[in-house]
Amino acid sequence: MNEAMLEYLEIDSPIHKLTGATKLICLILWSLTSMLTYNTYILGFMVIFSIIIFKISKVKFKQISFVFYFILVFLLINNIAIFIFSPYQGVEIYKTRTDLFQIIGPYTLTMEGLFYHLNITIKYFSIIPIALLFMVATNPSEFAASLNKIGISYKIGYSVAIALRYIPDIQNEYRDISFAQQARGIDLSKKAKLVDRIKNSTSILMPLIFSSLARIETVSCAMELRAFGNNKKRTWYSAREFEKRDYRAILMLLVLFIISVAITLKNGNRFYNPFI
Amino acid sequence: MKKKVIEFIDFSFKYRAQANPTLNNINLTIYEGEKILIVGPSGSGKSTISNAINGLIPFRYEGDISGSLKINGKETKDLSIFELSNMVGTVLQDPDGQFIGLTVGEDIAFKLENDCVEQGKMKEIVKEAAKVVDIDTRLDSSPHKLSGGQKQRVSLAGVMVGDANILLFDEPLASLDPATGKTAIELIDKINKTSNKTVVIVEHRLEDVLYCDLDRIVVVEDGRIIQDANPNELLCSNILHETGIREPLYITALKYAGCKINSELKPENIYSLNIDKCKNSLNEWFESTKEEKTEIEEEIILELKNIKFKYNNKKNTLDDVSFKIHKGELVSIVGKNGAGKSTISKLICGFYQPYSGEILFKGRNIAKDTIKERAEKIGMVMQNPNQMISKTMIFEEVALGLKVRGVPEEQIKDRVFETLKICGLYEMRNWPISALSYGQKKRVTIASILIINPEVIILDEPTAGQDFRHYTEIMEFICELNKKGVTIIMITHDMHLMLEYTNRAIVLSEGIKLMDDSAANVLTDEKIIKAANLKETSLYQLAINANLKNPREFVQRFIDYDRRIRKI
Repeated sequence: MNEAMLEYLEIDSPIHKLTGATKLICLILWSLTSMLTYNTYILGFMVIFSIIIFKISKVKFKQISFVFYFILVFLLINNIAIFIFSPYQGVEIYKTRTDLFQIIGPYTLTMEGLFYHLNITIKYFSIIPIALLFMVATNPSEFAASLNKIGISYKIGYSVAIALRYIPDIQNEYRDISFAQQARGIDLSKKAKLVDRIKNSTSILMPLIFSSLARIETVSCAMELRAFGNNKKRTWYSAREFEKRDYRAILMLLVLFIISVAITLKNGNRFYNPFI
Repeated sequence: MKKKVIEFIDFSFKYRAQANPTLNNINLTIYEGEKILIVGPSGSGKSTISNAINGLIPFRYEGDISGSLKINGKETKDLSIFELSNMVGTVLQDPDGQFIGLTVGEDIAFKLENDCVEQGKMKEIVKEAAKVVDIDTRLDSSPHKLSGGQKQRVSLAGVMVGDANILLFDEPLASLDPATGKTAIELIDKINKTSNKTVVIVEHRLEDVLYCDLDRIVVVEDGRIIQDANPNELLCSNILHETGIREPLYITALKYAGCKINSELKPENIYSLNIDKCKNSLNEWFESTKEEKTEIEEEIILELKNIKFKYNNKKNTLDDVSFKIHKGELVSIVGKNGAGKSTISKLICGFYQPYSGEILFKGRNIAKDTIKERAEKIGMVMQNPNQMISKTMIFEEVALGLKVRGVPEEQIKDRVFETLKICGLYEMRNWPISALSYGQKKRVTIASILIINPEVIILDEPTAGQDFRHYTEIMEFICELNKKGVTIIMITHDMHLMLEYTNRAIVLSEGIKLMDDSAANVLTDEKIIKAANLKETSLYQLAINANLKNPREFVQRFIDYDRRIRKI
């Protein structure tokens, strides 16, 4: 079968060797750092660092490419929306105004505005690869175990893990159904008009939903028959003890987080301002 | 006195959503260490019985219970599904659906995890259980990468770690190829004999289960137990025939030959069968029947030439496969799970492109045709009707193929009605699809392909999971279509299906075509049977045991005679 996107694959890399809990803690620290700051230097460093981490993980870009591009579209929409609703956000933040040219009516492109949008964009870029990497490089069961470790109910952890695990299955199912529908003459290829394609894709959605419901029914039966949910606690076959490398990874990200907070506090502001 | 482990006393059950009870006054006692088979047609209530034993009833599927059901002496109503899971281990029908863990080891451990067994001990128990079912070398692989038989071993190990003293199997053979099914039955037998666990099997493939000794067979019909007897007794009675359960083929053959089946014959197993008394009648029957010559049209409708194909960078899924299909033929493509059967259909329909080789339709290369263009000539019916049905009403569903082709409304109506009549669905034309049975849904999917008027129809496992009655219904309908001139290709691992209905079988193994011959020849060729994970038909064994001159010929004559009798 074709490799499915966002599927967890066993790869021998330092990233994969970290325990699920480590990866989760690292992801949280990373996200906090990225959310907290608009400092171009920190964000820029994080983008480069995330690319390096991605390389180390040996995960192929192809595996996340679809979702990656999908998020890029949202990034674009986000940027445009900010500009439409608040064209002078950058001016407000950086307290100077350098007009480049007027687009239409009250919309004028400013240096500050452009710089602000650049920051938003690299913010996205600093976080997307890491978040996606987390999804494809964390064994879903270990992920469930680690959620449980940081105090979340194992039932919630397990539902998340099972959802993650079914991503490839649902993709296979989707492909099969789409083949069957195409064979009946429902055109989903690029030859058909976009409106038709959207209309036609409902003919895949219906069977997909029904077969997914059937799947959920079977698996929940199987789980109950094997005593899932019996006790308040459970143990984990695939749970792993923390090793040195786990502490090292967490420490590294903690340092990054603290530096970022320190810089923010020192500057008294989340933004790096090149205009003053 | 043996210990009672399962005891139904006047047990009745009515699902909350249904008007009538599914089980009526069930009285059944199963003793420790017994091996019991529960058979019955679809909807007879046999799965309800198994759900009552493992606790899905009443804890998951609610309804009204009267009477009593005791497991290990305890009333199930007063327990919980978790307590029951410590006594009853259930292996569900669909091996893919029941995998929870990401690796084999983790899946086997699932019950232990929920019981809070400490990790070190858990790993030990898992290893032990895996060893019993012979899967201990694959603990780290993903269950989805295993073969059908291995998957089942994993599910089995998963219930064995729980130390339950009752093992319940829900249609264990449904998705296995014949040889793997045979091994599965052997394994269940071994566990039953060595561990003194009580085994309850729910299955309608009677002949395959009979391969190893059974203590009793319980026949269920309309929510009642109508027979509870040892295999010999049951096979001598006429009850199987009456309830629409397929009797073993060798029994049918003996009946055709005019032998009386009684317990002296020991009919429970082809190997235990006391054949001496029947030898003469079998011989006479053999001499009196003749093989029928089926005429094949010369015109070739579909041809595959040296097809090679692989998914991504793996090894070839299909390696240099060539065959021809004649117009009006009914051909089956057989082989073990993963032999490349489904891939062939996907290539023919254009879902994937072969990387070398040609597919010719009436002599024309169709490499450049789109999926939609091919669909006008070659229809494909998938195994699971739920994957194909996308509308809520029967009429809409069948009309869909014409609508997207822009056929005028008037014409659509006429053609849909005509197709529905052919498929025996005309009376239900205004019904919602959700009101149909699985077999009827299957018909709807065939109708929705048929309406496009393809000359060839490919059916993927058309009868999977069907009891004998529905199986016959579906197959007779398909033969009917075939007689109207539609060429039919069936992909299957059901040996009965291939033997009874198709004239020719193409055998695939590991992506290579092994044989292309009559079904009777395929199922009597030991080398091919072994290589393709098939199972030799019991008819052949019967003929050998009876010292018939030409066992192969006997099988062929039986099939021809059988078809004549059943008029198909």
